[in-house]
Amino acid sequence: MARDGGVSCLRRSEMMSVGGIGGIESAPLDLDEVHVLAVDDSLVDRIVIERLLRITSCKVTAVDSGWRALEFLGLDNEKASAEFDRLKVDLIITDYCMPGMTGYELLKKIKESSNFREVPVVIMSSENVLTRIDRCLEEGAQDFLLKPVKLADVKRLRSHLTKDVKLSNGNKRKLPEDSSSVNSSLPPPSPPLTISPESSPPLTVSTESSDSSPPLSPVEIFSTSPLSSPIDDEDDDVLTSSSEESPIRRQKMRSPGLD
Amino acid sequence: MLGLGVDRLQADINRLLASLFHQGVLDEQFLQLQQLQDETSPNFVYDVINIYFDESEKLLRNLRLLLMDREFSDYKKIGLHLNQLVGSSSSIGARRVRNVCVAFRSASELSNRPGCLRGLEVVEHEYHYLKNMMHELFQVLTCFVNILLTFTQTEGKNVS
Repeated sequence: MARDGGVSCLRRSEMMSVGGIGGIESAPLDLDEVHVLAVDDSLVDRIVIERLLRITSCKVTAVDSGWRALEFLGLDNEKASAEFDRLKVDLIITDYCMPGMTGYELLKKIKESSNFREVPVVIMSSENVLTRIDRCLEEGAQDFLLKPVKLADVKRLRSHLTKDVKLSNGNKRKLPEDSSSVNSSLPPPSPPLTISPESSPPLTVSTESSDSSPPLSPVEIFSTSPLSSPIDDEDDDVLTSSSEESPIRRQKMRSPGLD
Repeated sequence: MLGLGVDRLQADINRLLASLFHQGVLDEQFLQLQQLQDETSPNFVYDVINIYFDESEKLLRNLRLLLMDREFSDYKKIGLHLNQLVGSSSSIGARRVRNVCVAFRSASELSNRPGCLRGLEVVEHEYHYLKNMMHELFQVLTCFVNILLTFTQTEGKNVS
């Protein structure tokens, strides 16, 4: 099942070393792990979504088109479908606007397949278009995320997935904690960076950064804890949400005047 | 003496970031990126931004080539490139670049060539502004880190 082509190759070797993005597992996946197939034609978006998923403990395969996704799933060739009994995909997350095959078309193809119609499919889009959202949901999409996708969105998806997979596998799995799980994996103490619109007092630097801590990269200097207050811009014409706002975001998408 | 240097750099970083947020050059999504950085991916923000720069410059070059062609008529292609740019800009929190791309896209949807040319100029301007600001930010951060490292190394020697 080893395949090349179509799976995004990242420029930076550090990103490649975060396993999975450059290759496809040939052995059956560990049943305990959630495996997500991410589809997006934009390299930057693939990197971000892949990172979002990894940080919420998912295994990720990222491809750059609907065709590649179908190829990966074995849906482009009926003969090959027998080989894919062992392919375990717990979630498919796809961009809506893609050249060639749109996310909507991919959704339909997945829902038409016998092997994968039960797999939840999430659509991402930067356009907040009600008719588009409704069409996708009617076609069986599990959820519709407005881009840019945030960590809170992915955590929410992840928590739903865990419940589903728990039922089907009979395995006990820990639900990810809220922000604490992100914090626990962060690097050793770096100076916290507080940002506020007004000029704020100087940062406090922890000079007890021990001699045994690894050298900081330029950007590790950024905050190690999620900032408490979002930036307060005046006219916020871009839809943004704070971490607990996901249900409200769905409601926001349905309110008139946002098209 | 070290304290003064560090304080000044802290203030510089803070001021630069606050200014970028105030101007709407960056938005909250930029902060989201930082939440994605940890010891398994310690250079994530820096790397993804550089990839954004590479991708964007390719798109901008293509847009300019398309529009400079006297026989140009493929507005749909312009639209596709702009969709990419809108999407990736919004993914990294580059709000102003995103917004001017949306405006440019509107001109392309109307097949308005002068409007597209103007739109491209504005996008190029905003993009380069963002890039310069990011370089400045990373430079200040590097100085900051270097000073800290020098300090901790010195301290280490003194302690032993």
